[in-house]
Amino acid sequence: MVRTPAGNYEVHLDAESRQVLAELTTQLRDAIVADSRDAAFKRLFPPGYATDEAAEAEYREMVGADLEQSKLAALETLAKTADATELTPEEVDTWARALNDVRLWMGTLLDIQEDDDPEELDDPPHMLYHVLTWLQDLIVSVLLGDGDVEGVQDDDEPD
Amino acid sequence: MPSAAPVEVQQPTSSAVTDLARPWKVIVWNDPINLMSYVTFVLQKLFGYSKAKAHKLMMDVHTKGKAVVSSGPRERAEVDVYRLHEHGLWATMEQDS
Repeated sequence: MVRTPAGNYEVHLDAESRQVLAELTTQLRDAIVADSRDAAFKRLFPPGYATDEAAEAEYREMVGADLEQSKLAALETLAKTADATELTPEEVDTWARALNDVRLWMGTLLDIQEDDDPEELDDPPHMLYHVLTWLQDLIVSVLLGDGDVEGVQDDDEPD
Repeated sequence: MPSAAPVEVQQPTSSAVTDLARPWKVIVWNDPINLMSYVTFVLQKLFGYSKAKAHKLMMDVHTKGKAVVSSGPRERAEVDVYRLHEHGLWATMEQDS
């Protein structure tokens, strides 16, 4: 992902990765719509009040639907822009959120642990999870300004 | 210095007033899925923290298991928790004890 002079981002991703992103975000979206209370989504919709059940129920009642809608909209944006060659900063931001939710979902199903050894867990689902992690890290480094943006920034600066 | 006889002052027995005044803290917990870089990014974005401050809070989450990322009135804490959940961070709120 490279910053353009206009402030957008060029996306350099192969067609297969784009297809995987579109499929996964659509799958997750459909699954949330079907049953957002499924245990697979416990990390997407965690409790805000960990020990106060009454407060948590009230809070969920107040914001639960909004949170679900926000996540569905982000997933839809990523699914729709998965084949885009250029993204706005807002879209890249949304990609980071949506991709993270896909990772939270997959990571929960795969029971990912902090001390997992990526070398040992090399079955296809884990490999896919690691590719998504790599992509997420890349997007975040671009958003944090650590990515491949220096050349463009130098051009923008007055001599 | 004249000393007044001690007067029995009626202390508020109900803790309702002080309860309201006690700030709420928003806590982010460590988890094995969210990337360290992503957590730093989200803290910068949502709270306007400097990269150094966001990085330090993220490292507290990573090494100590949790960090208080904001505190204030309950309504504010609920908004913060919502936005953190929107970004997939594992956040809860509780009142200062």
